[in-house]
Amino acid sequence: MDAIAVSNLTKRYGKTLAVDRIDFLVAPGQTIGLLGGNGAGKTTTIAMLLGLLIPTEGTIHVLGHDMATDRFAALARMNFSSPYVSLPHRLSVAENLRVYGHLYNVPRLEARIGELSAQLDLGEFLARPAGQLSAGQKTRAALAKSLINRPDVLLLDEPTASLDPDTADMVRGWLERYRAESGCTILLASHNMAEVERLCGYVLMLKQGKIVDRGSPGELLARYGRENLEDVFLDIARDRRSEGRADDSQAFEAEAVP
Amino acid sequence: MTALRRIWGLMYRHLALYRRSWPRLLELMYWPVLQMCIWGFTSAFLTARMGGAAVAAGMLLGGVLLWEVALRSQMGVAISFLEEMWSRNLGHVFVSPLRPWELVAALIAMSVIRMCIGVVPAILIAWALYAFNLFSIGPVVVFFFANLMIMGWWVALGVISLILRHGAGAEALAWSVLFGLTPFSAVFYPVAILPVWLQPVALALPSAHVFEGMRQILADGTINWGHLGAAVGLNAVWMVLAVLLFARQFRAARERGALLSIGE
Repeated sequence: MDAIAVSNLTKRYGKTLAVDRIDFLVAPGQTIGLLGGNGAGKTTTIAMLLGLLIPTEGTIHVLGHDMATDRFAALARMNFSSPYVSLPHRLSVAENLRVYGHLYNVPRLEARIGELSAQLDLGEFLARPAGQLSAGQKTRAALAKSLINRPDVLLLDEPTASLDPDTADMVRGWLERYRAESGCTILLASHNMAEVERLCGYVLMLKQGKIVDRGSPGELLARYGRENLEDVFLDIARDRRSEGRADDSQAFEAEAVP
Repeated sequence: MTALRRIWGLMYRHLALYRRSWPRLLELMYWPVLQMCIWGFTSAFLTARMGGAAVAAGMLLGGVLLWEVALRSQMGVAISFLEEMWSRNLGHVFVSPLRPWELVAALIAMSVIRMCIGVVPAILIAWALYAFNLFSIGPVVVFFFANLMIMGWWVALGVISLILRHGAGAEALAWSVLFGLTPFSAVFYPVAILPVWLQPVALALPSAHVFEGMRQILADGTINWGHLGAAVGLNAVWMVLAVLLFARQFRAARERGALLSIGE
C-alpha cells in the first residue's frame, strides 16, 4: 500500500487554477520533494493532503484512508510543520507539546516529551514561552511538535526557511536520521535545492499548478545536463527545456517513487 | 476516551494561557463586577428614594446577573476561538485528529469555566453589598442559568461562523453581538413594554422568556413553566440552526482555504 496516493488532484479558486490534475504515488519510507517557485502550488497541495483544503477534483489517499471521507483516521498518523503556522506564543514549549500530545492521544506523554527534548536538544528552552525563542529554537520546537505522535507520514513546508546554515544543516541531518530510524514517509516542500538534493529520493517539479517534471535528483540532473538542482529549477522556471524530457505533465502516469 | 482527551488537550491549551496571564483572569471578572457595582448602587438609590421598591431592585440585580451569564458564555466560546486565530494556531489544530464537534465542545467547556470565574464574584458582591441572593429564586435558577448559557453558545457559534466566512474583520462581533440583543431580551423590563411590532422579535429569543419567568418569581413567587418551556424549545431550534450554519461555514472555509489564512 502506498503511503500517499494522489490522483487527478485539482484545486480551482474561481477562475484561478492553483493545482492542475496532478498524480503521484509515494511508497512508505520515502522522502519526496515538492519543488517549485512561488505560486507553483506546493502549499496548496500540502494543504489538500492535510485535509485543510477540499480539492475541486481528484482523490487523495493517505495510509490507505480516503481524505475526503476518512481524514481523521489518517490525520492521527500524520503530522505537519511549517514556519508559517505558529505554536501559541504565550505557552511554553513543554505546554505546547502537551497540548499536541493530548490532541494526538500520545501514550506516556511526559516520557515522549523527554525523549524529543533529548533528541532535539530542547532542554534549555523547554520551559520558555514559544514566542521568546530564536528562529532556530522555534524550528526545533515545531519539529518536536510534528514528531510528538511518531507520525508515519510527515509533511514539511520549508522546514529550514529563515535558519542560519549551521542550524539548517543540523535540522537536515536530524531529518535524515529520523527517517532512517523510523521508516517515516516525508513529503517536503522547499525552495532550497541543496536541501531537496540531500534529503529527497524523488522530486516533483511544480510549475503553475502542474507537475512539469519528476524523477530522482540524479535523473533530473542527467536529463537537463546540469550539475545541481538549482540549475534544473531555473531551466524549468524559465522554460529552457531539454531535449528528451517529456514536455507536458499529462504525459506522466502516476508512478511509484522508487 | 480519545475524544475526551482531545477535548482536554484544547482546554489545557487555554488553561495554561490563563495560568500565565493574570490580566486575562482579571478581565474575566472586571466587567461583571463593574456592572454589579453600578447597578447595585443604582438600585440602592432607587429603593431609598421610592421606598418599597425592593422587588424592583431585585429584578434589576437579577437581570444584571443573569444577563452576564449569557454574555460571558457567548464571549467564552467566541474569544477562545479568537485566541486560536490570534496565535495563528488554527492550521495546527485543524490538521490534528480533533473533530470540529470536539473543538466546539472544548470551547463550550472553556466558556463554562470563564463564565464561573466572571459571574461568581458578581453574585457574591450582590449578596454581600446589596443583600440580593440570586439563589433565593429557588432551584429553578439552575434552568435560567442553563438556558442563558445555551443561548450564549449558539450566538457564539453564529459569530464563529461569520468569522470563518469573513475572517478577522468579523471579530468585533465577538464582543458586540449579544449586547445588540439586550433591548429585545427584556432583561430589565417586561416584553409588554416593547412596541407591539417588536414583541414577536423578543419572544423569539429564549432570554426574553427567562427574564419574564424571573420577574414573575420575584413578583409573586410562582414559576411560569410556559416561559421556561418556550426558552428550552427556542434554544433547541436556534442551536440546531447555529450548528448547521457552523458546519456549512467550516466546510466553505475548507473549500476556500480560509483555515490557514483566517487570522490575516
